[in-house]
Amino acid sequence: MSHSQLASIFNKDEKKVDWHDKALWFVRHKRDLSVHNVKGWEELRNLGHGIKAHMLSNLDNYLIEFEANALKNGVQVHWAANAEEHNKIVHSIIKENKAKKVVKSKSMLTEECHLNPHLEADGIEVIDTDLGERIVQLAKEPPSHIVLPAIHKNKHEVDELFQEHLGTKPCDGDPQYLTGEARKHLRQKFIEADVAITGVNFAIADTGGFVVCTNEGNADMGAHLAPVHIACMGVEKIIPKQEHLGVFLRLLARSATGQPITTYSSHFKKPRKGEKMHIVIVDNGRSEQLSRPDFRASLHCIRCGACMNTCPIYRRSGGHSYDATIPGPIGSILSPGKDLTKHSTLPFASTLCGSCSDVCPVKIDIHAQLYKWRQIITKETPQPFVKKQSMKAMGKIFAKPSQFEKVGKVARWSLRNLPKSLINSKLNTWGQARDLPSGPKQSFDQWYEERQNNKKD
Amino acid sequence: MKVGLFIPCYINQLYPQVGKATLELLEKLNVQVAYPSGQTCCGQPMANSGYESDSVGACNNFVELFKGFDYIVTPSGSCAYHVKKHYNIIPQSEDVINVRNNVYELCDFILNVLKIKDFGASFPYKVGVHKSCHGLRGLRLGSCSEVVGERYSYIEELLQHTKGVEIMPLKRSDECCGFGGTFAVTEEAVSVKMGKDKIKDHLDSGVEVITATDTSCLMHLEGLVTRNNQPLKVLHIAEILNSNL
Repeated sequence: MSHSQLASIFNKDEKKVDWHDKALWFVRHKRDLSVHNVKGWEELRNLGHGIKAHMLSNLDNYLIEFEANALKNGVQVHWAANAEEHNKIVHSIIKENKAKKVVKSKSMLTEECHLNPHLEADGIEVIDTDLGERIVQLAKEPPSHIVLPAIHKNKHEVDELFQEHLGTKPCDGDPQYLTGEARKHLRQKFIEADVAITGVNFAIADTGGFVVCTNEGNADMGAHLAPVHIACMGVEKIIPKQEHLGVFLRLLARSATGQPITTYSSHFKKPRKGEKMHIVIVDNGRSEQLSRPDFRASLHCIRCGACMNTCPIYRRSGGHSYDATIPGPIGSILSPGKDLTKHSTLPFASTLCGSCSDVCPVKIDIHAQLYKWRQIITKETPQPFVKKQSMKAMGKIFAKPSQFEKVGKVARWSLRNLPKSLINSKLNTWGQARDLPSGPKQSFDQWYEERQNNKKD
Repeated sequence: MKVGLFIPCYINQLYPQVGKATLELLEKLNVQVAYPSGQTCCGQPMANSGYESDSVGACNNFVELFKGFDYIVTPSGSCAYHVKKHYNIIPQSEDVINVRNNVYELCDFILNVLKIKDFGASFPYKVGVHKSCHGLRGLRLGSCSEVVGERYSYIEELLQHTKGVEIMPLKRSDECCGFGGTFAVTEEAVSVKMGKDKIKDHLDSGVEVITATDTSCLMHLEGLVTRNNQPLKVLHIAEILNSNL
C-alpha cells in the first residue's frame, strides 16, 4: 500500500493521531529546550556534518584502519556485502559457539537485514532487550520509530501484551509495574544468554574501538554477561578519531530525546580474557548510495530520530505508514535507494517544509533530497496516468499566457456557477473536507487591465 | 529602481484582492511598480510533484517577462523560493541568474530593500501569524524554532508597526499547515489533519485573523475554516498592511 493509503487508515482514529502527535512533539520540544541551551550548537552541527563528509570521502581508508586496529585489539572482523551475508556470518558465529540463546540490544541494521527470523528459523532464541523493542517483538510488529520503537502503542496496549506473553497481572497500564516486570523477565534472559548482539553507534578508526549508546544499559547487560559479543555496524558508522566522539555524543542524545548525553555511552575495545568479540561490517546498499552525489549525505545519519519527531506528517501518520525499516524523513531518502518502486510514494509523504533538515544534527539536506527523489521517481517508476497527463497539461498551460487566461476563466466561472454538490463530488479530493474558494468575477489580470484603461481615459 | 510585480497563478485567478492589495501597498510606498502582462506561474506545482521537466516552459516565460527588472516582488514566499532555489533546471544565462537573485517576497522587500517599517497601516484585530515554510526555512524570512540563534521574523516586525494589531502567541509557532501543493490532495488525510490542528492552535489562542506571506497555505486553512464554520478570518499579509481601519 502507498504511504497515503496507510496514513488514511491511521487517521481513522483521530484520538490516537492526536496522542501520537503530542507524544512526539513533546520529545521535539524537549530537544529544543536542550539545544537552545548549548552555546555553539550550530557550530557543533557544522562539525558533525564536516566530519561525516570527510569520513565518507575517505571511507575505504578509515575502514581499513579500523579493521587493523580492531584486529590488534583481538577482535574478529567480518565483512558483509549485503543482508544475506550479514545474517550468514552472525549465524555461523552462533553455531561455532554452539549457542542457542541470543540477547540483542537495539540495532536498526539487524532490523534492516531481518536477522531475527533468519536465526529463529534455526531454532535460535533471539530476545530484543530494549524495552520498546521487546514490546514490538512480543506484538510481532516492526519498530515504528528508530529511537522509540513502540511509540505507537499506549500503556494499556502494553499492559495487555504483557499479560498475554509475560503473565503479568492486569494493572490498568501502570508503567512502573510493567517496567518492573519487563526488567525481571529481561534479567533472566541476560543471565541465560550465550551470545549478545549489539549495534554500533560510532566505530573509531584510530583505536579500533566502538561506542554503543543506550538509555537502559541493556547493551552492557548483554555484552558483559554473555561469553560472545557480536557487534553489527553499517560501513558509515566509522568516525576517524576518538576525539570526534565529543562532537557526536553531544549531538546525538540532545537531538534524540533532549538529554545531555545517553544514560549509557559504552566504549568497547577488546574481548575479556578467554571470551570473544566479533564485529560485522555491513554494506548492504550503502556504497551504492555513496555513489549518488545528490544522496550521499543521507549516509551522515547518526540515527537520532529528530527528523521523525519534528515531521508533522510522521507524527500524524505513524511510523508503520512508511512500510520501511527506517521510517520518517530520513527513511524516505534512504529507502528509495534500496527499492525505488516499493518506496516510490515515500518522498511524496512530505510538504517539503524543511523542518527535518533544520533539526538534523549532522545537517543532512533531507527535504532537498526528497525533492530530488521525486524527479527520479516520476521518470523511473510507473505513475498514475491522470497525474502524469495533468502535469503535462499544466506545464503547457503555464507555458502559454493565452492558454492560462482561458483556463482561468473557465475555472472561475465553474466555481461561481456550479452547484456545491457537483464541485465537492467524490472526484474532488480537495473538497472532501475543505471548501474551494469562490470564483471571483475578475482575475487580477482583468482588474489591472481595466485600471490601466481607466487611467488612460 | 525598476520593480516588477509577479502575481502567482492562483492569486491571479482566485484571490485577485491579494494582488490588488500588494500593488496598492507598493504604490503607497512610492515604488514605481510595473506589472508585465503575460504572467502565468513560477512552475512550482509541476516541479514539486516530480515533473520539473514539464515546468521549463513556465520558467522560461517567467525569466522572459522579468529579466529587465532590478527587483521582482511577489506576495508569495513559496514562489520566490522556487525561482531562487529551483531555476537551476534551465541554462544559467545572465538573465536567469539576475532573475533568481532579484526576486523578493513582499515583506522581505519592504523591510530589507525599501527599509521601511512604519507606514501608517492600522488593523485593530487579534492576529495569528502562520509562518509559511518555504518563506521561513527556504528564504529565512524569520528564525525557525529548530535552529539556535537570534530570533527574528519579518512578517511580525511589520505587524508590530501596524497600529492596533495584537499578535497572538501560538503553541507551535512554526509548524507546517499541511498544504504542500499536490500533497494536499495526494495525502488528503494527513493534510486535512495538519490544517485542523493548525487552526485549533490559532483558535485556542484567541486569534481573530490568520495571516501569512502565502495565499496557498491560507487557501487550505480557509477551506477548512469555511467548511467547519469556524470564527476566523483569513487574510494575506498584504491585505493587512494595506489596511487603514
